[in-house]
Amino acid sequence: MDTPVLDEIDRRIINGLQGGFPLSERPYADAAAALGLDEDALLMRLQRLVGQGVLSRFGPLYNVERMGGSLVLAAMRVPAPRLEQVAAQVNAHPEVAHNYARDHEFNLWFVISALDTAAVRDLIRTIEQETGLRVYSFPKRREFFIGLRLEA
Amino acid sequence: MDAIDEQLVRLTQEGLPLVPRPWDVLGWRLGITPAEVRARLQRMLEQGIIRRLGAVPNHYRIGIRANGMCVWDVPDSRVAAIGRWVGQLECVSHCYERPRHLPEWPYNLFAMVHGRSREAVRAKAARITAALGADVRTHDILFSTRLFKKTGLRLPQPPRQPVPSAGAFRRSREA
Repeated sequence: MDTPVLDEIDRRIINGLQGGFPLSERPYADAAAALGLDEDALLMRLQRLVGQGVLSRFGPLYNVERMGGSLVLAAMRVPAPRLEQVAAQVNAHPEVAHNYARDHEFNLWFVISALDTAAVRDLIRTIEQETGLRVYSFPKRREFFIGLRLEA
Repeated sequence: MDAIDEQLVRLTQEGLPLVPRPWDVLGWRLGITPAEVRARLQRMLEQGIIRRLGAVPNHYRIGIRANGMCVWDVPDSRVAAIGRWVGQLECVSHCYERPRHLPEWPYNLFAMVHGRSREAVRAKAARITAALGADVRTHDILFSTRLFKKTGLRLPQPPRQPVPSAGAFRRSREA
């Protein structure tokens, strides 16, 4: 997929609006004013950026652990010819939030998020049964920093 | 989190309605006032249930193609101090201590390094490894080659409770 061409205003929106969206009555109008735009222009650009996939979405980034839920990184060692098929089997579960192929013997990495730890454990077992492959789980023991803000 | 909070999460986990008055749309769907929608979101922000509110970029689509998961095997007695140091580096986003799976997986420290090229990520990782010196027993970088899914949180639908379908929600967003 080609990277869409982003103009200066797109970049201003992506870089300036990764947090702090106001909870005001007309939030897009207020956010637009802070970026030197008007409400219509911001809404049209957000619709386009979401449509192009430049933004995965526009809205809240939820922390499932703060809701009492659980989030676990998991990995599998999938024989290369089966990678597509196994990725699709993993993706079919709505609790799988992210799923990446990586160039390593552990070649499929995904994040399971669910409202309780039992559900995560059950899903790992289900995926193992569906694929006949072992799922290695990597629950975090300590978190040192989460500060990702991507510059467009 | 009460039942309305959970419904609010379900309605917004794919994004906010891109209309001038998004709280009106959400309030109408939940049977509460727009002011209550705002108050609930404000409380979830204060409680950290919402990390942040705004644009969630897909880094593949903005040209940040190399995404290196850098992993190190460091002594358990040193991992906290090392993790704090690695975690505050500018080039590092997420940094975690995670369990090993011996013998296949000896690494206990994970850091995500993003960059415009694999070379850029490799150079940053090499500098970190060099700085850690003798604490590093072994290390590796796993580059992502394909993104199969990136949806963020999806709460499962509760049983026997009518919830607007995603299609209905999209239609309301376009309205």
